[in-house]
Order: sequence, then C-alpha cells, then structure tokens
Amino acid sequence: MSANLSAVFYLISGILFILALRGLSSPETSRQGNYFGIAGMAISIIVTFLSVGNFGPGFIYVLIFLVIGGSIGAFIAFKIPMTAMPELVAGFHSLVGLAAVFVAISAFLKPEAFGLGVLGNIKLASLIEMSLGAAIGAITFSGSIIAFLKLRGIMSGSPITFKGQHFLNLILGLLIVFLIYYLCSSQSSNIFWSIVLISFLVGVLLIIPIGGADMPVVISMLNSYSGWAAAGIGFTLENTALIITGALVGSSGAILSYIMCKGMNRSFFNVILGGWGATDQATNSKSQDQKPVKNGNADDAAFLMKNASSVIIVPGYGMAVAQAQHALREMVDALKKNGVKVSYAIHPVAGRMPGHMNVLLAEANVPYDEVFELEEINNDFANCDVAYVIGANDVTNPVAKSDPQSPIYGMPVLDVEKSKSVLFVKRSLSPGYAGIDNDLFYRDNTLMLFADAKKMTEEIVKSL
Amino acid sequence: MEIDPFIFRLSIFILSIFVGYYVVWSVTPSLHTPLMSVTNAISSVIIVGAIIAALSGSSGSIFETSNVFGFLAIILAAVNIFGGFLVTQRMLQMYKKKKK
Repeated sequence: MSANLSAVFYLISGILFILALRGLSSPETSRQGNYFGIAGMAISIIVTFLSVGNFGPGFIYVLIFLVIGGSIGAFIAFKIPMTAMPELVAGFHSLVGLAAVFVAISAFLKPEAFGLGVLGNIKLASLIEMSLGAAIGAITFSGSIIAFLKLRGIMSGSPITFKGQHFLNLILGLLIVFLIYYLCSSQSSNIFWSIVLISFLVGVLLIIPIGGADMPVVISMLNSYSGWAAAGIGFTLENTALIITGALVGSSGAILSYIMCKGMNRSFFNVILGGWGATDQATNSKSQDQKPVKNGNADDAAFLMKNASSVIIVPGYGMAVAQAQHALREMVDALKKNGVKVSYAIHPVAGRMPGHMNVLLAEANVPYDEVFELEEINNDFANCDVAYVIGANDVTNPVAKSDPQSPIYGMPVLDVEKSKSVLFVKRSLSPGYAGIDNDLFYRDNTLMLFADAKKMTEEIVKSL
Repeated sequence: MEIDPFIFRLSIFILSIFVGYYVVWSVTPSLHTPLMSVTNAISSVIIVGAIIAALSGSSGSIFETSNVFGFLAIILAAVNIFGGFLVTQRMLQMYKKKKK
C-alpha cells in the first residue's frame, strides 16, 4: 500500500477517534461513539499490516500475540467489578506507557525499519521525539503502577514524603533533559537506557507523595501523560493517527485534571506536590470531639424519608467501598412507591476517579436523568426535606464556605445543611480525608446513622 | 522553499489538541469514567508502531531484540485495546434513561 494512501487511512482513523470522544457528550450517542473508536482502531491495524506488507512467519506471530493480548484484555473487561474501575484504568495506563517505551526502544535499536536512519546515526528530530516518548512513557508506566497499588490497597494510600523530595524530582527532571541533549550528540545507547531508567524512577517519585483521595487528579494526569507519550511516538513514526490520538488523549487528561482540581479548589501543583492533610490538621479536629451528636437508627431514617416529599442522595467513596449502590437503589425504589421524589447529587471529586459515582449508580440501574452534578442540584437542597449522605464527607462540609482558616476553604461543596434534615451514614465520627472535622455532624437537623453504608441502607429498606 | 514535513505533523498535532479541548469539554461529567477508559483504548493505537517493530527485518531473523520489544508491545497494546473498548462498552450499556 502506498505511503500516501495509508496516510489517508490513518487520518480517517484519527477522525473516527475524535467522533468516539464526541459521542460521549450524551449517554444516547456514547455507544455509537465507542463503535467509531473500534472502527478507527481496526482500520489503523489493517492499514499497518498492508503497508508493511510482510506476511511471512513474523505475521503469524504478530497475530498470535494479538490474540493472546486481546483475550487477556477481554477477560479482564468482562470480569472486573465496577467498583474496581479506578485501579483498572490506572493499570491500563501503565500498559500504554510501557508499550510506548518498548516501541521507542525498538525504534532506537532498529531505526532503519522505521526509516529514521541507522543505529548510531539516527535523524536528530527522531532521536528527540523517541527519547521524549520513551521518557514520558516510562513515567506513565511506573507512576500508574504506584497509582494502581495505592488504589488496590496493596500500598497504603497515605502520602509518602521525605525531605528534599521535590528538589530530587527537579534534579532528575533536569537530568533527563540534559541526557536527551547529550544523546543527540553522542547517539550512545547507554545514554538512551539511562533516560528510560531515570524516567521510571521519576514516575515512582512523582506519585508516592500523593494521597488516596487525590487519586482523581493523579489518574487524569497519568491519562494525559499516556497521550503525550503516544504523540511523541507518533512523531517518531510520522503517523497521523498516533499524533491525533496522542493530542486528544493528552488534552482530555489535562482537562479532567483541571476539573478535578477545581472541584477541590486546589491548584494542580498543590495536588502534585502532595501531602494534603497528612501534616497539620490532626490537632484541629481533637478540640471538637466532645460536641453532642444526634444518633439515629434505621427506623428513624425510614420514618423521616417516608414522610418526606423530596429526598436528595449524596453518595461518596464510602458507598463504593461498602458496595452499597444496589441496596441504595432498592431504598430509592421503596421511597418512590411512597410518592417521594428522589434525586442524586454528585460532587466532581466524589470517589477515586472522575465519574466514579455515576458508573456505580448506573450499574445499580439508576437512570442517569435522576443523577445531577453539583451546579445543577445545589440550589435544590434548600427545598428538600431529607438529604441522605452515604459515604461522602468532606464534599458536604459547610466549613469550606465559612472558615477561611480551613484547608478546604473555597472548595465547592454540596449545600446539604440547607435541607430540612440530614441523614449521615458513617461508620464513626472520624474526619474525612482532609483530616478536618465536619461541622455537619453536630447540627440540630443532622441525624447520624453509625453503621456500614450497605447494612444501614438495607435495614432502612426493611423498615420501609 | 519546501516546508519540512515535520511542520505539517506539528500543525496536525496542535490542531488536534484544540479539537480535543473542545470535544472533551462537551463530554457530560457523568461519562467521565468511560471517557478515561476509551481514551485509554484509543491511545493503544501505538500498536501501529509495535507491529512495524515486530515485522521489521528479514524473514530469517524474526526474533532480534528489536522484534522482541515489538512483540511485547503488541501484547500490552492488545490487552488495552480489547480491554479498553469492551469495558467502555460494558459501562455505557448500563447508562439508562428513566422508564416512562
């Protein structure tokens, strides 16, 4: 196949990928969008086979490996529980990163296969592109592995910090830039390997200081990195599909990181530099330990909600941990039978990744038009009878609006306290991730339901 | 004077960033998780590079170091392509409207 013809097909795949993302603007068009994405991928792969034109024994091996990888992927996709989606996405990011590193390595070892010159005399631009691709890919890989371990709970979610950490990262970053510069003049393969190794290290160091609840930002950021790595390789291979995709994914991840940071009213650097709430907030919460709280049980909650005319449900990470989404849905069904109007309010950073709560609710068959974002629903709390907070904490804390001293001051929060009464399902009075006490616990209109989110919800269903 | 093809690729890259910017802002927040999984799947188009790497060289020597890295990259990318698209499909199938 001629180079021009295949370039046209790669462009078509690129456009299909754009349409795949465009489809996600509404759930109705999203499934069709996904098919566009699959079509784009199929075109890219077939065109590559045709343009390489090598259907010898190597081709058979390629197909075999394709089938092996594909079956593993398909198996994972069907088996994975929806609650494990954050770690799955982190794991997938690591694979893209590593694949980028491998492709860069083979391009470096055998540049003639890609038309980039010969080993020891690779075109300058290609050398820069492939080393950048390899470096970003390596950072994506090791960073995503750390994110995966933290999300999976294999590694503690608490930030790991040490003195001079940021300085060390800066030095290593500069070192990579310097080595790339040096690689261009020396073409030495040792330098190339060093770049890859140092980048692996940087990826680890970048993610370890970031705490569990900041994971939405981390995952989005790694998503963005995997895109930039793909784009770097795309420039090396002079492949339009890869360049377009890299740019799309890179900007997509960047926008998601921005949305997540805004949801916490923190700057991107503040999150990346890590260690929020791990240090100075412990003292703050102790002074308030003795305040009285109203303690309720499932019957009280059922009574309150049954007699309400409208209920807003505020789910958080705790719901995901307790897998309470199905029980929640049953509770809502029972309430609806009693003529109660129910809607769901989702904070942008609820859960461990962007859109985490929406997926879980969708899994429990909650129609998506009952689920609202913060801006859409926040005014409704004033007219609502009961707010049922299940597994969320910091995102409801009114302190963010009233106390400039608080570390979460200025963070957009759900105005839960404005509803006539608040039911707060929580295992204990312990503060949330930010380490600050939630004022809401001690309000007159708050009823605390101390229990596991799932058990409590099931009990409420029974007494309804 | 001829324009360097690199400039064309750079133009495509920069324009795609803008396209990505506007397209992603129009994605509804409730679909942010499928957005991440589908971007994951499409970035595995890097498999193109892996295939070229794996098939490079004469047919007599298909297991040189550079080929091996290509084969490994194919496995990784294939996991991602199938896993990414299928899990996205599985998620999207769950999003339903209220029954009238």
